Amino acid sequence: MSTVEASEKWVGQALKRKEDPRMITGRGRYVDDMVAAGMLHMHVVRSTEAHAKIVSIDATGARELPGIFGVFTAEDLDLAAPLPMAWVPPGVELHSPEHWPLAKDEVKYVGQGVAIVLGSDKYGVVDAAEQVLVEYEPLPVVVDPEAALKEGSELVHPEFGTNKTHEWSLDGGDMDAAWQEADVVIERRIVNHRTAGAPIEPRVALADYRAGQLTLHLTSQNPHLIRLFLAGEFEMSEDHIRVVAPDVGGGFGVKISHYAEDVLVAWASKKLGRPVKWTETRSEHMSSTIHGRDQIDYVKVGAKRDGTITGLECTAIADLGAYYTLLTPFIPCFTGFVISGCYRIPNLSFKAIGVFTNKMATDATRGAGRPEATHLIEVMIEQLAAELDMDPLELRRKNFIPKEDFPAEVAIGIVYDSGDYHGSLDKLVANLDLDAFRREQAELRERGVHRGIGFSTWMEICGLAPSRVVGPSGVGLQAGFYESSYVRVHASGGVTVYSGTAPHGQGLDTSFAQIVADRLGVTPDQVDVIHGDTGTGPFGLGTYGSRSLAVGGESIARSAAKVVEKAKRIAAHQLEAAPEDIEVADGKFSVRGSPDKGMTLAEIAGGAYIPENLPEGMEPGLEETTFYDPENFVFPFGAHACVVDVDVDTGKVDIVRYLAVDDCGPAINPKLIDGQIHGGIVHAIGQALYERIHYDEDGQLVTGTFVDYALPSAADVPSFETDRTETPSPVNSLGVKGVGEAGTIAASPAIVNAVIDALRPVGVTYIDMPLSPQNVWATIQGAKGNGVPPDPGKQGGSWDEHGSGSAGSGPTSPSEGGGS
Amino acid sequence: MPDRVPITVTVNGQRHVGDVEPRQLLVHFLRESLGLTGTHVGCDTSNCGACTVHLDGDAVKSCTVLAVQADGAEVTTIEGLGSEGSLHPLQEAFWEHHGLQCGYCTPGMIMAGADLLAKNPDPSEEEVREALAGNLCRCTGYHNIVKAVRSAAQEVRA
Repeated sequence: MSTVEASEKWVGQALKRKEDPRMITGRGRYVDDMVAAGMLHMHVVRSTEAHAKIVSIDATGARELPGIFGVFTAEDLDLAAPLPMAWVPPGVELHSPEHWPLAKDEVKYVGQGVAIVLGSDKYGVVDAAEQVLVEYEPLPVVVDPEAALKEGSELVHPEFGTNKTHEWSLDGGDMDAAWQEADVVIERRIVNHRTAGAPIEPRVALADYRAGQLTLHLTSQNPHLIRLFLAGEFEMSEDHIRVVAPDVGGGFGVKISHYAEDVLVAWASKKLGRPVKWTETRSEHMSSTIHGRDQIDYVKVGAKRDGTITGLECTAIADLGAYYTLLTPFIPCFTGFVISGCYRIPNLSFKAIGVFTNKMATDATRGAGRPEATHLIEVMIEQLAAELDMDPLELRRKNFIPKEDFPAEVAIGIVYDSGDYHGSLDKLVANLDLDAFRREQAELRERGVHRGIGFSTWMEICGLAPSRVVGPSGVGLQAGFYESSYVRVHASGGVTVYSGTAPHGQGLDTSFAQIVADRLGVTPDQVDVIHGDTGTGPFGLGTYGSRSLAVGGESIARSAAKVVEKAKRIAAHQLEAAPEDIEVADGKFSVRGSPDKGMTLAEIAGGAYIPENLPEGMEPGLEETTFYDPENFVFPFGAHACVVDVDVDTGKVDIVRYLAVDDCGPAINPKLIDGQIHGGIVHAIGQALYERIHYDEDGQLVTGTFVDYALPSAADVPSFETDRTETPSPVNSLGVKGVGEAGTIAASPAIVNAVIDALRPVGVTYIDMPLSPQNVWATIQGAKGNGVPPDPGKQGGSWDEHGSGSAGSGPTSPSEGGGS
Repeated sequence: MPDRVPITVTVNGQRHVGDVEPRQLLVHFLRESLGLTGTHVGCDTSNCGACTVHLDGDAVKSCTVLAVQADGAEVTTIEGLGSEGSLHPLQEAFWEHHGLQCGYCTPGMIMAGADLLAKNPDPSEEEVREALAGNLCRCTGYHNIVKAVRSAAQEVRA
């Protein structure tokens, strides 16, 4: 690859997005907006039981209704393969149940598909579904993941003889030494409860199978992988399948997996010879689209009296639900990858224990394992600071990996590419004016206002990823993790850029165009970016794991560099100069020192497509393809601060200020970075204060709609004070690191730490999420000695009794929870 | 099949005569009978506001209105608010201030914002946030939406 000096004319600018004109005028094109002639609607009859034997299914009444084309059950499906789970970890025993699109014989969670109804009318299929009579014989239900691990527990999958799915660990150093060297050791049980990804667009699938060709329009973050899976299930050649993700209304990880409905619409279309559409309702989304988080983390930290951390140990009990989706058992391992946080910790031990329960699967949602890590580390840092009676920022600074150590290998063997943790924290503290805050806090406390501040200094691992590390013989994911692209200059000089990523709100049409425009000497308006359609370009891996810019963007930069190299050779040939003397400036490829002697990209492209005067042996045309596989992940980082007021009489938490300083390398488009950070923070505020997926003791989903599952609204959150530092990554030529998950990975511990800081005067030293008024109030009462607070939402507790506490939560009172 | 009911609705200035099931929701009439797919559906409990349109000048969630209730009414959807080349100040402001990411909540958010500005041309940040509390967005964290609405308010007043 030749090195091309980009002019940096467009990169770095806060351009308005190319995507927006259609979306602000209602002309976006989402899957549910699409209609095909003769299209049927599909409705899924879902289990109302958490665990039961299917005694019988009687669809006679449904089949008799007008406009009904068929009712089908698992018995009817003739598929060559079950739904995929893509992790085969070398050397790890992993129980993997077969997972078919419709339940066979038994249902194992509420919302599992039992039958499908196909009909010509959207409302008519719902009417018919009510006439499908399913008789169940209830079986014992497993809800609490810790109880599920105990000897004698009822089993979700009796064939495995245990509810434990697997154990996976990652260690470095010597834990015995860690505890021996420590003057102080603290332990906490930290609950990171179950949440929903909840993009505002639910999942939708529209399949059209005709004459051996299958087209599936799908709300997907990775259409190429979906195509591969469909090929296996239908024993078709991949080239006979096209999967298209048009405008996708948010993903947050939940649109990565290959779901039952993707297969069912395709199967029904093939069976009935009609296009078939399924549109998820929000209620279905809550019960039958993957959930996130749901870890109980047993954490132990040791430190010397001066604050030097000697070791950190974490055992994560991960409630995985009844079946796996694409990455289910792998997600908790991501917590292990970043268990060192921003700190130089010589001894580390992480163990994930997966558990089957009668619930929907968990899988990747925004951050996928890394929010859990930041949460437990950053909460423990402030717990430790309190124990040592040390300033929490001083404790952090003492243990930060210093800037000069990068690239830095941490004790578990992962090499962080870049970092300046002191830099982002210093900038945060300056923006905050911490001294003024502390004075104000003291004054307010005298007036009975409980104001607190909490911090989170975060880092993460993203930009999935080097195939050699993550692939089959590495971590064990059954795929490569490169990214493909092409840059095509048309004969008239317009540019089409293809990316194998599948963006769904990130604004990559704009940022990718900025990257290419600089390199080719054109404007972003002249660059069209396409993606999300397997019919338009090479195999791509999609958008997740904050990989699109660091992997997909770099792939594009490399394709552009190859195009520039060829364009220079053409220009040099026609201008009678040497290729190395051609430079790209002001929209022209000109001879260095003679700026008036040059050609535009359109002139060069014309010459490339009408090849009358090309260098000897050069092929016509002007387009180049790249498959870029990075050498390492990238490691963004930053520092966040949250200021809260807590009403001790009602337990209500108000976020007064929220500040963030983040570092994702040099900005391609600062507007987009701020947008990602804002959204990420609110996603974490949702988990910290409001959102929680809750199953009751019978495995019934209590939070099955947006009435019961509280997404934050505009009225619930403040405006944000964001800022950046820019530490380039050495991994890619753009220097960039991912930012899509950053805010979510960072924010929850800042909020929890702030609430604890606010409530220390009333004796509260620890609290689990979500910080609902009831949970906060009960914790305050417990701290005041007014009885032990109810365990806010131990799985199996009733909703009325426990309010919106955290799933699987254990002791939260200071006396039981190990307060300082 | 339930009896169908004739209705006449003026949508974005165009008169439409339809024959609908009494139970059909206005949002489905707009999306499926009229092909106006800019109005979205994001939940089934009237929480998310993606389906917000104006009914006789007031913002309503069109998933909570039956098509028959709109008989004789004037409806404005996102497609009728402005178009490429003649954008409504709110559409301009959402674009300028990055008030959208995936774009799915955007039509409803803009229609709710337009209703606010029609009733309160100079809303404070808090008033904007309260007015938009019935419209959920998962992408933007609301920061830039609030900024866009306040900026559009200034534009409208100018």
